[in-house]
Amino acid sequence: MKTIHVTATVNGDTVEYLCDPRETLLDVLRDRLNLTGAKEGCGTGDCGACSVTVDGRLVCSCLILGVEAEGKTITTVEGMADGETLHPLQKKFIEYAALQCGICTPGILVAAKSLLEKNPDPTETEVRYWLAGNLCRCTGYDKIIRAVLDTAADMREAS
Amino acid sequence: MALDDHKTTGFKFIGTRPDRPDGLDKVTGRALFGADAQAPGMLHGAIVRSPHAHARILRIDTTAAEALEGVKAVVTRADFATGLSGEFGFVLENVMAGDRALYDGHAVAAVAASSALIARDAAKLVQVDYEILPHVTDVDAAMVDDAPVLNDTYADATVPAGLHPNVVRYHESGHGDVEAGFAAADLIVEDSFKTEATHQGYIEPHACLATLGADGKGELWCTTQGHWIAQKTCAALVGIDTSQLRVTASEIGGGFGGKTTVFIEPVALALSRKANRPVKIVMNRSEVFRATGPTSSTSMDVKIGMMKDGTITAAQGVFRLQGGAFPGAPMEFSAMCAFAPYNLENVKQVGYDVISNRPKQAAYRAPGAPMASFAVESVIDDLCKQLGLDPIDTRLKNAAREGTKASYGPRFQRIGLVETLEAAKAHPHYTAPLKPGQGRGVSCGFWFNHGGETSVSLALSEDGTCQISVGTPDIGGSRASMALMAAEVLGIAYENFRVTVADTATLGYNDVSHGSRVTYASGLATIKAAQDAVAKLCKRAAAKWGIPEDAVYWEDGFAKPSGANAGNFDPIPLAEITKDMGSTGGPISGHFEATPEGAGVSFGTHIVDAEVDPETGKTAVVRYTVIQDAGKAIHPTYVEGQFQGGAAQGIGWALNEEYVYGEDGRLQNSIFLDYRVPVASDLPMIDTVIVEVPNPGHPYGVRGVGETGIVPPLAAIANAVSAAAGVRLRHLPMSPPRILRALRAQASEG
Repeated sequence: MKTIHVTATVNGDTVEYLCDPRETLLDVLRDRLNLTGAKEGCGTGDCGACSVTVDGRLVCSCLILGVEAEGKTITTVEGMADGETLHPLQKKFIEYAALQCGICTPGILVAAKSLLEKNPDPTETEVRYWLAGNLCRCTGYDKIIRAVLDTAADMREAS
Repeated sequence: MALDDHKTTGFKFIGTRPDRPDGLDKVTGRALFGADAQAPGMLHGAIVRSPHAHARILRIDTTAAEALEGVKAVVTRADFATGLSGEFGFVLENVMAGDRALYDGHAVAAVAASSALIARDAAKLVQVDYEILPHVTDVDAAMVDDAPVLNDTYADATVPAGLHPNVVRYHESGHGDVEAGFAAADLIVEDSFKTEATHQGYIEPHACLATLGADGKGELWCTTQGHWIAQKTCAALVGIDTSQLRVTASEIGGGFGGKTTVFIEPVALALSRKANRPVKIVMNRSEVFRATGPTSSTSMDVKIGMMKDGTITAAQGVFRLQGGAFPGAPMEFSAMCAFAPYNLENVKQVGYDVISNRPKQAAYRAPGAPMASFAVESVIDDLCKQLGLDPIDTRLKNAAREGTKASYGPRFQRIGLVETLEAAKAHPHYTAPLKPGQGRGVSCGFWFNHGGETSVSLALSEDGTCQISVGTPDIGGSRASMALMAAEVLGIAYENFRVTVADTATLGYNDVSHGSRVTYASGLATIKAAQDAVAKLCKRAAAKWGIPEDAVYWEDGFAKPSGANAGNFDPIPLAEITKDMGSTGGPISGHFEATPEGAGVSFGTHIVDAEVDPETGKTAVVRYTVIQDAGKAIHPTYVEGQFQGGAAQGIGWALNEEYVYGEDGRLQNSIFLDYRVPVASDLPMIDTVIVEVPNPGHPYGVRGVGETGIVPPLAAIANAVSAAAGVRLRHLPMSPPRILRALRAQASEG
């Protein structure tokens, strides 16, 4: 099938790519832009491992086509840290052992960052429902929820 | 410290909670998992799968697929080795069907093409003519006389005469006289139970990148719990020498037992050989559900007799497990684990391994044990209720202790079941008031734990730092644990270590990361390898001082003269010795290879509060506490993580997860939307209590902790749900429809 030219902004950089109209944004990120931080756990929008933001909105990149990213601004887990400085969520996830295998971690970090931008003071229930679209099979979520709540508290204190 | 000394207290590093070495890579997206690798000239593979539960393959026509532009190779069973027997034969039959497709999703052919999209298109062009055969997917239905026969050659010598050919293995064990025991009981409860198949549900689908040349030399990158088993299995299946295939384990995105075998890896190798290009295959989620994992589904009968004071007089269980289309359902583990927590004079357990038209079962966290525990602990709960006994006191009364003859044969060494029960009884959760509509459940659980073949190599660098090569893929933070144990021996800080999961060409054979063996066996090997290096460090110091080797000892990172008689020398730090090692005898390394056999068994006790909505049948787990014996927690945070993860998987198994097959034998729920694993909003915080009763078989007392945590939840939740709903649930999962049916049946019985 004929490929289509797309221009988008990914993690602050302007990128151009050619993609098949059937390729998802996740395929493009991983296979054409070499940004393999977003993972494919299901391809049906059920696991959240491919979570990214498109124009500030949290989405499953497996449910968006690569061609739909034309003119859009996309942020992935690779864009979370500021140079050597990790995002507070990234630091806290390591400190709290909020990951075991780590395959769901990029998606959960992107989703949690998106939550804290909208709601800097979420309750435990709000965190649990916000992250209900991100499956983790290793942790039972306990340490993830604690890490997000504690990061939120730290960020409120710092601001 | 003498080299063979065991140590259970006075640790400097063990028990601390440093950051994991792979943490930064995993929070930044840099960590490379199975699907994250690529190679120059790489092709993409896709698998053609049977849509039928059972069918004869009459003809496979690959002409149209091969004609598609971009297609570089098509393989069928003809492209694999012949004459394989035993497990290799079963695995080959599973990864590429021979003359019959044995389950919905069974691989029948594969293609490699220049893009994943073309490969997917080409797979649809492979024409397969099937003759549909009768199928069976239920374990009980597969054992009846007129059930379709899957294979009449699989049954082994253990199977008693007169059983259906689908019964392929049989197990019987126990001791005492159960009939006499039942005769002595004040109350006997006998019940039947079923559990549905569940999937391990790792979030990372199987993925690999393979290169195999006409010279029989290959490279394989894959997500696996054990790259040596992948190496020898793949080599056998594609017909090359084991040592000619180098396998590198990627970071692994969850396994839970499901990545202890191979599926797509031999297929990618065969495609690569044919196309003479590297081939990558990544499964989609539906393929993962249809063709990998899952657990056995079960049908079980349990009978237990008890005295009025709570003493169990006899226990008996029958455990029927279907394991898909091949032998191997872990029915002997069900049988052996079922009554293991208890000190029983009279016990008998029987297991049946049954084949059916489902995917070949794979290990899942304490394989076979959770289902058996569900049945047994449910019956014990009913006995306690009917006799008005406290469930923890009753379990304490019957608990296995050091010296108890286990239900499966051996006498227990030092074990920690009683300690977990006492901690449960003392925990505020156990006496906290319940709200209306809530019920509390308790259960014990047991897993053997495992040693297994293990090799570890450790090398000191001139700057006094240390690199460790282990062969067990890190599925939950084991690289941190290895560094902590080596730090304890060498007496230098955790940050001085880098631990790598070495490839198959770099280290001797290592058994899979399974059986809760890694912290125990690779940990033991790391300690011994570090002690080997310490002996060499002491020798260099002795040579420098001109005193005998045995006059030098190692303490807190320094070589020291062992007393006044040895001489008066200033202690030499590790980095001082390694700085000059090139000129004082050469590189200093430590090695250890063995098959350690002292894996201490692990027991746990769980407490759970559940609330059942009588209108919808939906259950909410409102409070959960895991108490388990870790022997010694090397990194307590990661031990807690294992406890919590096991409990969460058990909650999913108990309440929601299930393989649903249609009348046509096809899997009805092969995506995460329909196969519902617990999400964050389904669960409460999961409280943990780490009990430490040292394992005499490990230098620091470690017991594996990964698996036991999934054993108690099924029964603990069933006991809580049954208490909350007022009706005994005997079929897992206790999904809303099943709970509603049970409530209605009870209401109509009046």
